[in-house]
Amino acid sequence: MHRIGVFVCHCGTNIAATVDVKAVAEAALNETGVVFSADYQYMCSEAGQTLVQDTIKEHKLTGVVVCSCSPRMHEATFRKAAAKAGLNSYMVEIANIREQCSWIHKDMMSGTEKAVILMRAAVAKVKLNAPLTPGQTPVTKRALVIGGGIAGIQTALDIAEAGFDVDIVEKQPTIGGKMTQIDKTFPTLDCASCILTPKMVDCAQNEKIHIYSYSEVESVTGFVGNFTVKIKRKARYIDEKKCTGCGECIEKCPMKKVPNEFNLGLDNRKAIYIPFAQAVPKVATIDSNYCIKLKTGKCGLCSTVCGAGAIDYTQQDTIIEEKYGAIVAATGYNPINIEKFDEFAYSQSPDVITSLELERLMNAAGPSNGTLVRPSYLSNQHDPEAHPHTIVFVQCVGSRSTECRKGSKEYCSKICCMYTAKHAMLIREKYPDTDVYVFYIDVRTPGKLFDEFYRRAVEQYGVHYIKGMVGKVAPKADGKLNVQASDLISNEQLHIDADLVVLATAIEPDKSARSIGTMLTASMDTNDFFTEAHPKLRPVESPTAGVFLSGVAQGPKDIPETVTQASAAAAKVIGILVKDQLTGNPCVAHSDELMCNGCSACEKVCPYGAITYSDKEFRQPDRTVAIRRVASVNPAVCQGCGACTVACPSGAMDLKGFSNQQIMAEVDAICR
Amino acid sequence: MQEVIDTAKRLLSDGTVNRVAGWKAGEFPYDVTPAVFTTVEEIDNGFIYNDFCAPNLSKYLIKESHKEGKILVFLKPCDTYSFNQLLKEHRILRENVYIVGVPCTGKVDIGTVRAMGIKGITDMESDGENVTIHTLYGDKVVPKTETLGDKCRTCKSKKHVIYDELIGEDGEVNNDGARFELVEKLEKMTPDERFEFWRGELSKCIRCNACRNVCPACSCENCVFDNPGSGIQQRAATDSFEENMFHLIRSFHVAGRCTDCGECTRVCPQNIPLHLINRKYIKDINVFYGEYQAGEDVMSRAPLNAYTFTDCEPGIVYERGGNE
Ligand SMILES: Cc1cc2nc3c(=O)[nH]c(=O)nc-3n(C[C@H](O)[C@H](O)[C@H](O)COP(=O)(O)OP(=O)(O)OC[C@H]3O[C@@H](n4cnc5c(N)ncnc54)[C@H](O)[C@@H]3O)c2cc1C
Ligand code: SF4
Ligand code: SF4
Ligand code: SF4
Ligand code: SF4
Repeated sequence: MHRIGVFVCHCGTNIAATVDVKAVAEAALNETGVVFSADYQYMCSEAGQTLVQDTIKEHKLTGVVVCSCSPRMHEATFRKAAAKAGLNSYMVEIANIREQCSWIHKDMMSGTEKAVILMRAAVAKVKLNAPLTPGQTPVTKRALVIGGGIAGIQTALDIAEAGFDVDIVEKQPTIGGKMTQIDKTFPTLDCASCILTPKMVDCAQNEKIHIYSYSEVESVTGFVGNFTVKIKRKARYIDEKKCTGCGECIEKCPMKKVPNEFNLGLDNRKAIYIPFAQAVPKVATIDSNYCIKLKTGKCGLCSTVCGAGAIDYTQQDTIIEEKYGAIVAATGYNPINIEKFDEFAYSQSPDVITSLELERLMNAAGPSNGTLVRPSYLSNQHDPEAHPHTIVFVQCVGSRSTECRKGSKEYCSKICCMYTAKHAMLIREKYPDTDVYVFYIDVRTPGKLFDEFYRRAVEQYGVHYIKGMVGKVAPKADGKLNVQASDLISNEQLHIDADLVVLATAIEPDKSARSIGTMLTASMDTNDFFTEAHPKLRPVESPTAGVFLSGVAQGPKDIPETVTQASAAAAKVIGILVKDQLTGNPCVAHSDELMCNGCSACEKVCPYGAITYSDKEFRQPDRTVAIRRVASVNPAVCQGCGACTVACPSGAMDLKGFSNQQIMAEVDAICR
Repeated sequence: MQEVIDTAKRLLSDGTVNRVAGWKAGEFPYDVTPAVFTTVEEIDNGFIYNDFCAPNLSKYLIKESHKEGKILVFLKPCDTYSFNQLLKEHRILRENVYIVGVPCTGKVDIGTVRAMGIKGITDMESDGENVTIHTLYGDKVVPKTETLGDKCRTCKSKKHVIYDELIGEDGEVNNDGARFELVEKLEKMTPDERFEFWRGELSKCIRCNACRNVCPACSCENCVFDNPGSGIQQRAATDSFEENMFHLIRSFHVAGRCTDCGECTRVCPQNIPLHLINRKYIKDINVFYGEYQAGEDVMSRAPLNAYTFTDCEPGIVYERGGNE
């Protein structure tokens, strides 16, 4: 006999304003098996929970349905409450009458009707629930950080500080990320490398931290507490242990014409290289696309000069496997490709650059040793024409776009207003003879000391801020750039002859984030930023247990915010690593061996690698014994995603807590 | 074809195999039936291979390959796709099967012949060029090409994708897309017209289960339609829901696994063009996920149950919507 209690929550007016909660509670009593129903203002409050607990005891309930907010919010709350009253936690079902009902309905009639239907479905399901007991799994006390930008670095340092081992996988030859390319940082204008380098060195020296540079994550299996990760160490043709970073080899390498990605192609590097002086690890890398020895077999100069004997042309990619308890995605961002934005003539003129390129042009270690020159004069820097006099900044290039042009983004890249103010100010400070214009849609500088920073640019440094968009940049025969723009405030068309145009280019998640997201089964938004488990209350967790988010990989942000989030992610990781055991999820799949075909459909769709096969003997109706291949699920690995149950043609695979029968019962109840 | 019979006898006599899966005459000579032969005498007495040997023998190997000893099977090009698909699904023990690929120029389809308005058929013969149809009202001679069903008329491949031995020359895969012509016609209908078309066809179904029983993809240990726990177990086609849902559920079960062998349509006593449902899925898979032919090989992963890093989470639907 079922004895089900139905509890309908008002959620203040969140639900009660569009759903007649009393009517829902009354309707519940018409369902067979329901012996009690009530409505209450805040079911999740202590008093609400006590009501549930008392009713369980008093009415000897066998099942509980709470009609309230999303199970993501409070399923755990009510499960705990039920357990305290002696009812198995898994005998509780939530009917989501807030997100899926009251919030999307305007009219009380239809809202109530739907709430009743959702309640009925939950009652139908709870009748088929069975008590479940979660298992315990041990925790591997080591964390993985994917991406070694400032986000990954900070997360790793904090985890190591707490005494846990942490590995950083960085795809570039060095850690540091975009911050290594930035010259000075807003809002305090301290030099980026002065504040970043010590952290990079700390990483290298911390014995709890292991850096896998020039490496990529190949595959991830397992689950929170027990991830198994394959890491590809790309061949850099250098023995990292032997290389001292002396740079002798780079000196001698005859292959000089390799576009230098660290300076964004503004100058060249050698085929063997160390990206920049403060690189960590400071070891050389051979670029196999350009190395003469690797391509033709001739040359080999670097190995003759390397005193440490570190060069190994036969090195191959290797795959290592490591186990982790938690994983942090810190894959960062890149500026978008703006070649499609023809109106700015980025592809036509070298003097139209992105803001990140400007950072390199202003950096003492950049292609012009820190002297601001027009890129068209980079090979002829002493020409009097090299110095730009009129500089135009264009904000929101590719950001906040409503057009569906390929590559442009709907979102605000958040950092551009501030760094453009920074650039304008630094230029005016160093070169008072320049005229600096900034075209903007509106200037967004909330943040501690941020608006003051921007106002300084306008008020003290005389930067011409003009509200309006640049319509066209046309390169002229004399090398100048004709900038056509509109001033929306004075309602004028402007023509400015500029020497340099700087585009505040939108940023987007690293292209590899999507595949990392898929490997981690971490969800992403339509822009490929990782989504958080809750936008307000769980901002550094991914919805996938054991996966955390750090830095721009989760959304555009500046360094202070990145570091804040990085430390928060570290705290969450530490929260897992300090535990010896984690409580598992009992809602896992299992196969009915009598029905299983052994077809492997389930194994092919299981994102966690939870399914294996074995040959088993079965007695046939005619008393003979047949050997069949059948599937079995490792309950410790299964995450209960249910992919296998839908892939299984015969229905042999089923999910505890969400059985095919339960789902059908819900559908039936809804269609009744 | 004598060569087929000789091969069967040779492999049985030399001990390569202890059984032979082939065809024998059925109730009517044109109604050929699959059969297993264990001796040379049985082969001499009953084995046939001619233009009426349409039945696809691969499915029988699920049971047969798990028996003692090796079995010889004759597979037409299209049958080899079914074999591969079953192999991929671990249903057949490859080491217990010896495959001889046999050539095929299309099989006579009784439904097509009847649709010509020919009645009272007592017997049929084919010389490869023409089919002679003996009827109560006298003989009729028609070119064989006109007697082929939709499947053979738009044959997808004359190439054997798996075999141990081949009789005759191997042919080519046919990619002219002709097999999707009827599907395209259905796609051009309005939703209402299409609904009416399928309602008309599917309401003829008598739930004899012949289509499921013959389908190489429908080889589950315990079919959902036979399983009382599934909630959709076998019921007679008592209402339109039953008729329609049976076919929709079944076609989804075989989506991405159906090799387009056409057996469902061939065996349906009600002449329902069942293969068109499956072909629609095949066509959609080709369009949305790239060309894929189930059973073409054993290693590739089927688009509908491959888990790849490029799978985008908001769903392919999102991208698709963006393009169209
Ligand atoms: C022009 C410009 C100027 C700026 N100026 C300032 C400023 O003055 N002040 C300020 O606060 N902020 C500034 N910013 C913002 C700042 O750059 C970012 O906030 C910060 O770099 C974010 O760090 P991150 O670690 O999240 O990302 P990144 O710096 O992008 O680091 C990500 C790292 O992950 C690696 N990676 C990516 N994918 C993988 C993968 N699949 N496997 C392994 N490794 C991977 C990358 O190689 C990279 O090293 C500026 C940005 C720009 C564009
Ligand atoms: S529910 Fe199935 S597919 Fe999902 S993790 Fe478990 S076994 Fe794998
Ligand atoms: S999909 Fe179903 S039938 Fe196939 S192996 Fe898995 S459980 Fe068995
Ligand atoms: S209908 Fe589905 S369950 Fe039944 S045999 Fe075919 S694939 Fe298996
Ligand atoms: S063979 Fe034809 S009549 Fe029989 S179940 Fe299949 S579709 Fe229905």
